[in-house]
Amino acid sequence: MNRLFKKYEGKLPLKVINDIKEKLPKKISEAKLKKILEEVVMEYNKMLVQPGESVGLVSAESIGEPGTQMTLNTFHFAGVAEMNITMGLPRIIEILDGKKTIETPMTEIYLKKPYSQGKNIKKLALSIKETKLNEIVSEFMVNIAESKIELRVDEKRMESIGVNYPVIQKCIKASFKELALSKKGDSIILKLSEKEKELNQLFKVKEKIKEVYIQGIKGITQVLPIKKGSEFLIITAGTNLKKVLELDFVDKTRTISNNIFEIASVLGIEAARQAIINEVFKVIQNQGLNVDIRHLMLVADTMCATGTIKGVTRYGVVKEKASVLARASFETPIKHIFNASLIGEVDHLNSVVENVMLNQPVPVGTGLPGLVTKVKREPEWLKNKH
Amino acid sequence: MSEVYLNGKFIGTVENPIEFSDKIREGRRKGVISNNVNVYNDKIVGNIHINDDKGRLRRPLIVVKDGQPLLIDEHIRKLQKNEILFSDLVKQGVIEYLDAAEEENAFVAFSKGELTNEHTHLEIAPLAMIGLCTSLVPYANFSPGARVSIGSKNQKQALGMYAINFPIRIDMDVNMLHYPQIPVVQSVMHDVSNYNKHPSGQNIIVAIMSYKGYNVDDAVVLNKASINLGFGRSTYYRPSIAEELRYSGGLTDEISIPDKDVKGYKSEKDYRLLEKDGIIFQEAKVGEGDVIIGKTSPPRFLSSMDQYNFAPSSRRESSVALKHGEEGIVDFVLITESSEGNRLVQVKIRDQRIPELGDKFTSRHGQKGVVGLIVDQADMPFTASGITPDLIFSPHGIPSRMTISHLIELIAGKVGALSSRYIDGTLFDVEPEEMLRKELLSLGFRENGVETMYNGITGEQLEAKIYIGNIYYMKLKHMVANKMHARARGPIQLLTRQPTEGRAKEGGLRLGEMEKDTFVAHGASLLLKERFDADRTVVPVCEECGMIAIHDKFKNKLYCPICGDNVEINFIEISYAFKLLLDELKSLTIHPKLVLKNKY
Repeated sequence: MNRLFKKYEGKLPLKVINDIKEKLPKKISEAKLKKILEEVVMEYNKMLVQPGESVGLVSAESIGEPGTQMTLNTFHFAGVAEMNITMGLPRIIEILDGKKTIETPMTEIYLKKPYSQGKNIKKLALSIKETKLNEIVSEFMVNIAESKIELRVDEKRMESIGVNYPVIQKCIKASFKELALSKKGDSIILKLSEKEKELNQLFKVKEKIKEVYIQGIKGITQVLPIKKGSEFLIITAGTNLKKVLELDFVDKTRTISNNIFEIASVLGIEAARQAIINEVFKVIQNQGLNVDIRHLMLVADTMCATGTIKGVTRYGVVKEKASVLARASFETPIKHIFNASLIGEVDHLNSVVENVMLNQPVPVGTGLPGLVTKVKREPEWLKNKH
Repeated sequence: MSEVYLNGKFIGTVENPIEFSDKIREGRRKGVISNNVNVYNDKIVGNIHINDDKGRLRRPLIVVKDGQPLLIDEHIRKLQKNEILFSDLVKQGVIEYLDAAEEENAFVAFSKGELTNEHTHLEIAPLAMIGLCTSLVPYANFSPGARVSIGSKNQKQALGMYAINFPIRIDMDVNMLHYPQIPVVQSVMHDVSNYNKHPSGQNIIVAIMSYKGYNVDDAVVLNKASINLGFGRSTYYRPSIAEELRYSGGLTDEISIPDKDVKGYKSEKDYRLLEKDGIIFQEAKVGEGDVIIGKTSPPRFLSSMDQYNFAPSSRRESSVALKHGEEGIVDFVLITESSEGNRLVQVKIRDQRIPELGDKFTSRHGQKGVVGLIVDQADMPFTASGITPDLIFSPHGIPSRMTISHLIELIAGKVGALSSRYIDGTLFDVEPEEMLRKELLSLGFRENGVETMYNGITGEQLEAKIYIGNIYYMKLKHMVANKMHARARGPIQLLTRQPTEGRAKEGGLRLGEMEKDTFVAHGASLLLKERFDADRTVVPVCEECGMIAIHDKFKNKLYCPICGDNVEINFIEISYAFKLLLDELKSLTIHPKLVLKNKY
């Protein structure tokens, strides 16, 4: 039986074979199974795209036409901590153009078992959030006479994010070595060293100290614990996928950011390809439109084919085109023609646009097939007879 | 303290803005300051804007003081006796014009009943809130504003009688409606604006029902008998103009029948309608290509020697002929002088336009539609009393547009026609619908306007009662005869060898970028090539240098201008546009080398 399946592995995709294996009745004769498999192969081949089908153009039309109906609205999350996400057409443009910095970077952090049930979820979330000194200090007081800065710390806030005085003091010390630190009640007093006792310096330090990093992951500006189904997860504004995945309470198999480039650098180009498909599909579904996912797969494939992400722009995918004429027909034609003439580029007229320009049959559909046999050129003796 | 701006320019400050602006208004009412001046006190920003420049939209309102309008019955009586004029009231400060800015400071009462001490102005009439054309829409307060303004836009395009002296006028693109009628359902503006002296539509019987699907999607079905009786019939006038221009060197154009040796001579048949003076006679029937005014011009480029050359053949034909698709009858010939003193000939051509499939008709409520079918009267549905509608309007045009005024006009028109009187449909001051219904009942009809009707083809009674009555309909200036266009072969552009563009030039209909994509998506590669064969060319290419070679057809010789005639030269088939691209690249000092390969 298994030998029979093995024989069909080249003819059918693995998933289809596994599906058949699963659905098969326990007792089945080899002959019947073969009959089934033959039937499946036939149906499978019927569903394959015909050679010469212009899949790219059909994809472009299939994504482009619903795109005209899309609204330009950005939707809002209702809730205590409201988060704004780019959605709709701007988001699709952002993804397909291959923008390096996206408008609303976001991470969806899935958690490991005890935490995913809601254990310490708030504390966990706040520990991820990048916290700076001025967020836990309620007042900065400058004492000019003694060249001191007094920081009144908000203890409630401090407790909620789980830091204590020694941690804060350590953090300040790390970036301002020459400051003398002392604690008095709920305040931390900083004293400038004798050398830098100028008034000017005092205010400079006061401004700088606000930005001192206390804890959390750099780049994550906002956190929002939410419940999705029966599971708790943390949504963050701002991304730092690499650092997030290093945390031990994070489910590394499902946690994902919405920045395609970040995914490509952390998880690789295959993951980025899938991310493009998922992100675009999410938007299209959100708008209540219906686009076959295979069109998006094709787009994602062309964007990732070179190993790095190329946007569908004249600097990305279009630049990779082999034909000079095809590149020139899409934005900045003179630049392309000049550069091509400098290196003596040859256009082999292998694609659609060039052939439309020259009024030749385009090599898709009926224009694709050619003769296999070579037509002999007119022999010399016949030529002379004319 | 407020800043004061005069026509947008800062001119100073005042301590008390309210007192200041009141003072100006006071002065304007007393006649000390021109009544063109408007003041606007922007209380939020704290600025005062005084405007007296042109281009501001203004409207008249009655001035109110302490809750009492300044316009009293005495004024009305004097107005009726023609002792004073409207302008006198403006001079007295009883009525004043406010612009959009000053209206911001005013508190306008809609009617006399709602006046309080706070009001500053009172509407003369609710009608004064809307413009002239919009006030010609009857029962307008029953329809959405968007439809009312569409209705008023449509009226501007309606055919009518634009001037009484039209037979002796020369205007571009003129349409005259043959039997214009005064609308049965009117507003006071129809009288005030003299609309009734030159109306632009006809009162017809309209049934709201479907007719075999020929009135779907805003189409209307017309009764052939109504057309034969003159409904929607109009005449289209178009002038042709020729001037004997003078050129340097004492040369002039000459209006005459061109000699046969003139450059560009058409054919004898085209000149057959010209009289001795080279101008067509009145009431001549002309068609496409016929010359109306024969004219010759001196040669375009004169070399210095040509001045002494009296060869007659050098003159050029420049007659005025009817363009593609035009026809008509010569209505009027006028010979005058232009402002430069040149002889000027103007010929007006008239063409009768009988309503046909595709002509555009509209009621006054933004319910425009195109003729979808013209039906014999015998096949039209008829009422129990034998009335057939002139036009059938689709019921699907009503729910989404909510033009209730259209429906009310139908009843109002029916009542007006039956009781032979005009119905008042002035905005916010209409004859109430209930009264109309009661009157309709007393006239022996169903009060809701519906009637039992019979299928005109089978004679069967229609299951539904049909809403039928009279509506004022207008023919719009968009007629198929001026727009219809198709082409298989025709003229091409000199530069690109592609078909010309536009109806006037008998142009092609462009198969654009996205249309091209559909061919590619279907894989219809060879069909696509065929569609783009309009500028197909076969050119010889030198295999040595890859540039386009020369085919000397006289000597039947092929040679390359660079490599001579001792090279292999082959023909290729490309689009002429691509040949142009190659030429353009050459002008950019780029050598586009074509490398030829056997196709098979």
